Amino acid sequence: MTGQAVEREVGRARLRKEDARLITGQTNWTDNITVTGLLHLAILRSPMAHARIERIDVSPALERPGVVAAFSGRELAGGLGSLPCAWPVTEDMVLPDHPPVAVDEVRHAGDPVAVVVARDRYAAADALEAIEVDYEPLPPVLDLEEALAEDAPLVHADKGTNRAYVWPFRTGEDFEALRQRADVVLKRRYRQQRLIPNAMEPRAVVVTPLAASGEFTVYSATQIPHILRIMLSVVTGVPEHKLRVVAPDVGGGFGSKLQVYGEEAIAVEVARRLGRPVKWTESRSEGYLATHHGRGMIQDIEIAATREGRLLGLKVDLLADMGAYLMLVTPGIPILGAFMYPAIYKMDAYEFNCTGVFTTRTPTDAYRGAGRPEATYAIERAMDELAAEVGLDPVEVRRRNWIRHEEFPYTSIAGLTYDSGNYEAATEKALALFGYDGLRAEQQKRNERGDAVRLGIGVSTYTEMCGLAPSRVLRDLRYSAGGWEAASIRMLPTGKVEVVTGTSPHGQGHVTCWSQIAADVLGVPFEDVEVLHGDTLAAPQGMDTYGSRSLVVGGSAVHRAAEKVVDKARRVAAHLLEASEDDLEFKGGVFSVKGSPEARRTIQEVAFETFTSHDVPDGMEPTLNSEYLLDPENFSYPHGTHLCAVEVDTETGQTRIRSYVCVDDVGRVINPVIVEGQVHGGLAQGIAQALYEEAVYDAEGNLVSGTMADYLVPSAADLPDFVTDRTETPAVSNPLGAKGVGEAGTIASTPAVVNAIVDALRPLGVHDVQMPCTPERVWEAVRSAQGQSAPKEASA
Amino acid sequence: MTHISVTVDGTVYEDEVEPRLLLVHYLRERLGLTGTPIGCDTSNCGTCTVELDGASVKSCTVLAVQADGGEVTTVQGLARDGEWTELQRAFHERHALQCGYCTPGMIMAARDLLRENPHPDSDEVRKALEGNLCRCTGYQNIVRAVLAVAEGETASGERTGSAQEVTA
Repeated sequence: MTGQAVEREVGRARLRKEDARLITGQTNWTDNITVTGLLHLAILRSPMAHARIERIDVSPALERPGVVAAFSGRELAGGLGSLPCAWPVTEDMVLPDHPPVAVDEVRHAGDPVAVVVARDRYAAADALEAIEVDYEPLPPVLDLEEALAEDAPLVHADKGTNRAYVWPFRTGEDFEALRQRADVVLKRRYRQQRLIPNAMEPRAVVVTPLAASGEFTVYSATQIPHILRIMLSVVTGVPEHKLRVVAPDVGGGFGSKLQVYGEEAIAVEVARRLGRPVKWTESRSEGYLATHHGRGMIQDIEIAATREGRLLGLKVDLLADMGAYLMLVTPGIPILGAFMYPAIYKMDAYEFNCTGVFTTRTPTDAYRGAGRPEATYAIERAMDELAAEVGLDPVEVRRRNWIRHEEFPYTSIAGLTYDSGNYEAATEKALALFGYDGLRAEQQKRNERGDAVRLGIGVSTYTEMCGLAPSRVLRDLRYSAGGWEAASIRMLPTGKVEVVTGTSPHGQGHVTCWSQIAADVLGVPFEDVEVLHGDTLAAPQGMDTYGSRSLVVGGSAVHRAAEKVVDKARRVAAHLLEASEDDLEFKGGVFSVKGSPEARRTIQEVAFETFTSHDVPDGMEPTLNSEYLLDPENFSYPHGTHLCAVEVDTETGQTRIRSYVCVDDVGRVINPVIVEGQVHGGLAQGIAQALYEEAVYDAEGNLVSGTMADYLVPSAADLPDFVTDRTETPAVSNPLGAKGVGEAGTIASTPAVVNAIVDALRPLGVHDVQMPCTPERVWEAVRSAQGQSAPKEASA
Repeated sequence: MTHISVTVDGTVYEDEVEPRLLLVHYLRERLGLTGTPIGCDTSNCGTCTVELDGASVKSCTVLAVQADGGEVTTVQGLARDGEWTELQRAFHERHALQCGYCTPGMIMAARDLLRENPHPDSDEVRKALEGNLCRCTGYQNIVRAVLAVAEGETASGERTGSAQEVTA
């Protein structure tokens, strides 16, 4: 790396190149795309959670004005295979068939049963009402524990069980032996309510067929154009090289667009049958039923510790709600979490057992953090319980158990090697910014006075595994794909630069950050770099964007590709200057001969020379291009300390966040403005889980929180100002030293907020509040604690 | 079909529309003004906010026929000769957008606030934007951007880089 250039771009608060289009409305959202002859697709969805389709007749829809075609699931079934699951976490995992449109049976409210194609979207929506369907209701399966009972109704009758898989993991000493000799054994049950990701842009897909050559272009609001291309090819039978997938401007994802959805396959099939382009765009309430949900787990966590608060062992029994089908990575989400329950703590025994359970609800899959927020929540709640049990401050109990900075690299009991970190530094900084001691003193005063409005302080110290990559590790986890990332650099004859990346952004600012990285290594102006992404024609290789992997893996690939360009340019410059490569300096984009600075060539001049190739070293390939596919040796491990102060009104149950401070260590920062923005957004989503959001089903399996009017996505008025800061211990497993930031805020904030609420109410005998901690739930918790002496769940 | 005459971003359009056609669909599908996106079907999210006769409205709850004789401004009508409005600049300079899907609606709603209350405090900004949801930013930078305009501080400071770094 060129030392001087690093100071120039990486680490600089660059404003985003992406903004100009977005701020002026010159956008390219999938729903904006229109082509001649476009038809609109609408989907009829099951109004029931579970039913047999006795009869379905789409023909009345064909009578409606503007309607071009209509198909039932059975009519489409011939052309389409089952939707894919790429993560068979165990050898004997139960993998049910998942037709894009239900054929005989519907398994969740919103399961597609038929489709209509019409000349405009109003006509298509109208015609859905004409389709006749007779359903024979079947019993819904909603409760995770009841679903596992011997006589439970089955989501997939042919599979004979609602148990998708059992995934056990034991490491270190025997937990049972440890718990026998522990002073303190705490058992707690936590629930991860279902969440609806709510990217602001609803999903949409446009398919344009080219009948003569059998080619299809699929525009989709997706996070994963490359993975989608492979999977759509498998599902539809369109050969991969005849499929082009484009993710145009994508309006947020948060995991919900890390999916191969039935609608994408249906649109290809309908376009193929009709030889016409088709578009489908979901409405928000349709999306609530059909776009995958997140979380949805019951966590039984048990910790064994000494009287001094030192952890001995940890046991987690998890029931994970898969929903009705296993989608792309559904089964793997809780498994990712398995590695994160031990968090930043040292212990001697760890036992984890996960059971994936089918229910008649919308499938779950990745949602911001994917498995890691759930794990962090449980362990951070339990650490607070341990602190209360042994009479220690919650920060002190963490201090007694965490990995000290001089112990890195450290292999956690779950087998992950944390490369670098400094929990002490982040925590000290956060405590100072927060004014921890002052707030504790105020809290004590309020408690002594018996104030109706109590103050609570919540701490959450976390780490996560980011940069999902090492392909061999993914193999060991039975994940079906690799985790590498691709980048190429094309230095154009005029010296401008095109960076091609395999990552596919949807708000993260890749164009800006990748420009910064390339500009530094190449020594060219930031403005001279363009970044191409999200189109399998322009960027043919990649593993896309999820799990905070883009910068760590994709950005590092850009860095390496740029270094390859400089290496080649150096050979050409040495040839042109008739000097030895070893005698060349490269600084600020200029090659010069050491000791004679007038002998120089800029990298742009070299780019032109290699373009003409009139005078390059013998045997050298023309043009100054390169490609690099990077498969890092390890995950990356950001960490941090989050502190939240809440005021809880014990008479109304109302919680107000009074202050929120976080210090995150995300390794080396490419762009501090973007990092701060990512943290803010993550905090909002994590706080939303703690306080506001929940997908609620009634006893029949209907989604009660089925619109934005019923599902509380917090607004500006619901959230506080955040204080964010950083420490910086560079990652050692990638050339940038970056660790990933997209999920940090979400992972850490949920337990920080709930710990604060429980901390406020603990003097009143409250030991837990179920999320989301609505005023009603808080009020109930206070009332029941006052009615009884102590909650029954606290047992040793 | 009903005849309407409506001025959108300075251009007069004469059209025949179905009475049930929503203004947002009229703008997007008939006029091709796709700068105004749709985020929900319950008027909760505010992404489709535009100005109708000087007041901000959610264009998914207004029928195209209700705009007959009216004047509509969308985000695409804000910049003049390539010059962004102060709010647009402030959103850029304060990193008040990530995916950008809510941005047109946020900017239109913020314009409405600043017309009504040119010097709001932070709480007033948060309250005024309650009907516009964002999933990326956590709102803090949006609030900063609106306050920056209210306080006449759109020239960027150190945190957001020097003026020459503004890339637009």
